[in-house]
Amino acid sequence: MLTYLTGESLAQRIEVACPDAVKGWKRSDLWIAPESVLDVSKYLSTAPGMKFDLLNSISAVDYIDHFEIVYHLTSTSENLSIVFKAKVYGRDNPALPSVISIWQGADFQEREIWDLMGVTFQGHPNLKRIMLWDGYEGHPLRRDYLEPPR
Amino acid sequence: MSLSEPITVNVGPQHPSTHGVFRLRVTFDGELIVDLEPVFGYLHRGSEKLAEERTYTQVITLTDRLDYVSSMINNQAYVLACEKLSEVQVPERGSYLRTIAAELQRIASHLVATGFLLNDLGALATPLMYCFREREKILDLFEMLCGARITVSYMRVGGVFQDAPEDFWPAFKTFLEEMPYYIDEYEQFLVGNEILLMRLKGGNTVSKEQALNASITGPVLRSTGFSWDLRKVDPYEIYDRFDFDIPVGEQGDNFDRFYIRLQEMRESLRILNQCFKQIAPGPVRANVPYLYRPPAGDAYGRVESPKGELGFYLVSDGGIAPYRCKIRSPSLLNLSAIKEMLVGWKLADMIVTLGSIDINMGEVDR
Repeated sequence: MLTYLTGESLAQRIEVACPDAVKGWKRSDLWIAPESVLDVSKYLSTAPGMKFDLLNSISAVDYIDHFEIVYHLTSTSENLSIVFKAKVYGRDNPALPSVISIWQGADFQEREIWDLMGVTFQGHPNLKRIMLWDGYEGHPLRRDYLEPPR
Repeated sequence: MSLSEPITVNVGPQHPSTHGVFRLRVTFDGELIVDLEPVFGYLHRGSEKLAEERTYTQVITLTDRLDYVSSMINNQAYVLACEKLSEVQVPERGSYLRTIAAELQRIASHLVATGFLLNDLGALATPLMYCFREREKILDLFEMLCGARITVSYMRVGGVFQDAPEDFWPAFKTFLEEMPYYIDEYEQFLVGNEILLMRLKGGNTVSKEQALNASITGPVLRSTGFSWDLRKVDPYEIYDRFDFDIPVGEQGDNFDRFYIRLQEMRESLRILNQCFKQIAPGPVRANVPYLYRPPAGDAYGRVESPKGELGFYLVSDGGIAPYRCKIRSPSLLNLSAIKEMLVGWKLADMIVTLGSIDINMGEVDR
């Protein structure tokens, strides 16, 4: 049976290794600084008692003044499940580090977020459009996207 | 050292073995695959964007069209995510009817997977039609439940659309009695077939660590010998009441991926039998308004679909439509390790592996 860790208990565990990463928590959610996503992921995937080996999903939400990237993780050995989020500001070139070096499953999901939401993942080896075709302009899942006139 | 000059070939997007529109850009050295890149997007309909302009109830119709051979389970994943947003309590009978529909759909989806795998193997049409014979009975049951066969839209936030009609139960009972014999028949014809065993055993393996790292779930993960099924590890709905096993494979090859599906059909029948015994009269739907407005917040609902973990990440701003509806598609992520599974094998193995992974392009491209 899976246990869902609260944001607070996860924050205590993360602060041991990455002291400046945690930005805040509320119930099951935890916010971390976008630039420390890779360090936190590295720690979560290797730390004893956690070992988050399954990256369930990466989602991106457009809140107009910022993008929120949401990571759902599961540890199959310790039966834990967590959520952590990173707020990325700026609409012109929002960016955060890629976690593909830790979880191969991030590959298609990060490409999809870049394609549809326009958030860059630094360090992704093959960041190109996945659902839409090369040469498409804009990122349609953004809230302010307008369909070009036909 | 290459044996001959490498040649790059596009397999698809209209190749019959891709079960839809999917392209693989493959570099061959003679007949051996040396490099490969999957190309998606031919069936991209923007379901996530469309969901943002529809009410919560209308989005159910979009989920039918994701993995169109397991619509019931897509409905279930979506309504479970909606119910997590506002903590709706589903009546008992509603939960049982959902479980019955979902497990019937799992059998139907596995039948399609088995039939098309054999089709890809060159056993043209005959085994497929045998599998479709039983799937037809399941679709007839769905028609009784909700009037539709493929795009069912049977489930609603808080329960199901309507109670099963009187004549559903005798038909369901007949199905439960007949189906074990048909599964025995498949097992006798297929698993006892030497040609099939020689073709499938030992090829295109994937290890447990590789599969987990690539976010692979479902029968492909279980074929590596690792028991991971959300119905057991994170029971949703009423799955904690049933007694059933999780079949696992041995080495993660094509045969294990194929054989696990046959065994899972038996386990689904066990669950269905228990549902049939336990279901009691009562309401089927909680009192949820048609224009459902969950409080602001987010929720991730997930189920074990026939392909793997199907999740919906919903964000609500308190309005009548989801602010964001992200679909975690198992078919797409099960292809994450396709390169590792195929490089070093031959063209014919690629066709078999695509069949045994069981992808559905409606769900890959969304």
